[in-house]
Amino acid sequence: MSEASTATATRPGRHAAVPSGGDRGRDRRRGGPSDRARAERRLGWYLAGPAFVILLAVTLYPILQAVFYSLFSYRLTNPDAREFVGLSNYGVILTDPLWWRAFAVTAFITVVTVVVELVIGFALALVMHRALSLLRPIIRTVILIPYAIITVVSAFAWQYAFSIDSGFVNRWLRLGEVDWFGDFWTAITVIMLSEIWKTTPFISLLLLAGLAQVPEDLQEAARVDGATWWERLRRVTIPNMKAAILVAVLFRALDAFRIFDNVFVMTGGSQDTSTLSLLAYNQTITRVEIGLGSAVSVLLFLSVVAIAFLFIRLFNVDLARARGEA
Amino acid sequence: MAGGGRRTRTAAVAGMAAGALAALAACGGDGEAGPPVLTWYINPDNGGQAELAQVCTDEAEGRYRIATALLPSDADAQREQLIRRLAAEDGSVALMSIDPIFVPEFAEAGFLAPVPDDLREEVTEGVVESAVQAATYQDEIVSVPFWANTQLLWYRQSVAEEAGVDLESAVTWEQVIEAAEQTDSTVAVQARRYEGYAVLIQALVAGAGGAVIENPDDEAENLEYGLDSDAGRAASEVIASLASSGVGGPALSSSDETAALSLFQGDRGGFMVNWPFVWRSSVDAVDAGSLDQAVVDDIGWAVYPATTDDAEPAPPFGGIQLGVGAFTPDADLAYEAAACLSRPENQRDYFLSSGNPAAAAEVYDDPEVQEQYPMAETIRDSLEQAVPRVQTPYYGDVSTALQRTFSPPEDVEPGSTPGRATDLIRDVLAGEALL
Repeated sequence: MSEASTATATRPGRHAAVPSGGDRGRDRRRGGPSDRARAERRLGWYLAGPAFVILLAVTLYPILQAVFYSLFSYRLTNPDAREFVGLSNYGVILTDPLWWRAFAVTAFITVVTVVVELVIGFALALVMHRALSLLRPIIRTVILIPYAIITVVSAFAWQYAFSIDSGFVNRWLRLGEVDWFGDFWTAITVIMLSEIWKTTPFISLLLLAGLAQVPEDLQEAARVDGATWWERLRRVTIPNMKAAILVAVLFRALDAFRIFDNVFVMTGGSQDTSTLSLLAYNQTITRVEIGLGSAVSVLLFLSVVAIAFLFIRLFNVDLARARGEA
Repeated sequence: MAGGGRRTRTAAVAGMAAGALAALAACGGDGEAGPPVLTWYINPDNGGQAELAQVCTDEAEGRYRIATALLPSDADAQREQLIRRLAAEDGSVALMSIDPIFVPEFAEAGFLAPVPDDLREEVTEGVVESAVQAATYQDEIVSVPFWANTQLLWYRQSVAEEAGVDLESAVTWEQVIEAAEQTDSTVAVQARRYEGYAVLIQALVAGAGGAVIENPDDEAENLEYGLDSDAGRAASEVIASLASSGVGGPALSSSDETAALSLFQGDRGGFMVNWPFVWRSSVDAVDAGSLDQAVVDDIGWAVYPATTDDAEPAPPFGGIQLGVGAFTPDADLAYEAAACLSRPENQRDYFLSSGNPAAAAEVYDDPEVQEQYPMAETIRDSLEQAVPRVQTPYYGDVSTALQRTFSPPEDVEPGSTPGRATDLIRDVLAGEALL
């Protein structure tokens, strides 16, 4: 999913997130849409239709193709030996400790980075929200800079900063000759730091949108009642932006689970830092084992679908409500 | 007002779209008919291949024009890009600079146009033995040797003297490591998890008289593995001792060619195995003012160390082979161009401009080469002894499996690592393990 589209999707809507909004919509549906509503819906399809078709062509087709190839033993450099093997590629993957190791590493990176990003992102969102309107655009731009940098570029920047020969981190922190990429824990720390640095702005933007949805009169009322800043944050602000928080966490979790660039650039998977995306890349692109690689990709895809499903079911994330649609 | 603004915006968007279309159309082709263009996919260098392309284009007098296209800098990424193009039967791939380790894979997959009979002899005559071997797959010449590379043992003369080690005669790894320990200096090698580490592992196995795969030409299921042997254990012992003695430097497990060179040029530099580009790099660094002339004056060189006393040294072999794409309509012209590019005088010029050693033996007798590369003779000797890495179409898998089981070098155990590596290679080639 493109992050840009999700960023605009969660722009504060004209309607505040009123808890009863969903019910109202349902009531109207029961009575049947008016002519105007029907015309609007048709126009909606006309406008979104072409994009929808293109999206199907560029996402559904490759997904189906990957599922198909995953049932074959198929090496790109030896296409004549292509052979149908059923689900055996999946068997190979799911019994290979490498898959489970990569799964654990990916899950670890996802949990840690999303939690840290959420905390820092929330703090940044509060700063942006409270900043004087004169300063707000400047602060917002400054905070967004890391997000504007291409991931590969930021990964190289972090790698150079921490590398033992040309890096400045060891010197600045007076650490001597620490080989950051020579050990799992140090390497994964740098990978996660760069990921956090790069994507916290995204989460803080989503949270800023959520903050804007919190009705000012509720804040006002709480203030009149003598609530402290902390109490207002806990009892008014956060409950009112729950949907925005969950959407932010969901989108980041889905992205973080597919982490590739940082690991690819910094360690290439050495020191056991391989993630699922890197595993899929290694089978498909490096080994040109299209069958096995497609099976890894399909499993990765299913993991991402499972995360999204769990979030939506478990936490009741209402995407429509987060968008500010009543 | 608002409507006017929208109109202006629409006009601006339309203008931009038209501009983009015009630009795209301009990219579509230059329209004018000229000689066939042979696209030569080259590995990045300092411009030497582009110069040769010009030389041969001029010489062709309008029969063809060679245009270069740059590949990524590391060999694996070069292979990935070429394979993707060739698997899609891309006819624009006329000439390719291929790392010799991938020649068998390309040949087996039918990605290389057959070498014309009359050229086979021409392109291998007077070429060092290891380069001819690398151009051969299943007893047939399938590529054109362009330049040949080999690693030397580089050392700081002052350190070797202090340690009292005689590098004029063949040495073993054990002696080198001992000398470094005595003098509190380092032995710079490549042990990051990448191809350079596979080079080291295979050179160590070959340097103990073994081979990772005994019959690499055979089918995957009939392969005989030679790693779980005395040679494999001797190789593992060298790696384990580089790591445990600390002479491999503080970043052994993330060291590549460049990191090895900076370790060697640093204060504790003592010994290093590396390709000859390090000489050119060091001389250039002095010119740029980033390295002391005294360091370059102190550099000595010798043939790659042997792994055991009773075996011959087996220096790594590298370099570039020229391949002609199987799907180009101009294969004959491309081979003509390959013959031109790989002519000894062109190899000589390329050696001088880029520091990449020639595959043709006669180049090393050239006075200018000898003047600029005082180690030219050692390079030629090394090339005659060099052993190419496993020549199998599954080289990538074999290499990755080796890198994985031997990483990090600190965890290599001579008793078990070679066995684990063999198991992994076998499983991977049988499609029963991930990499």
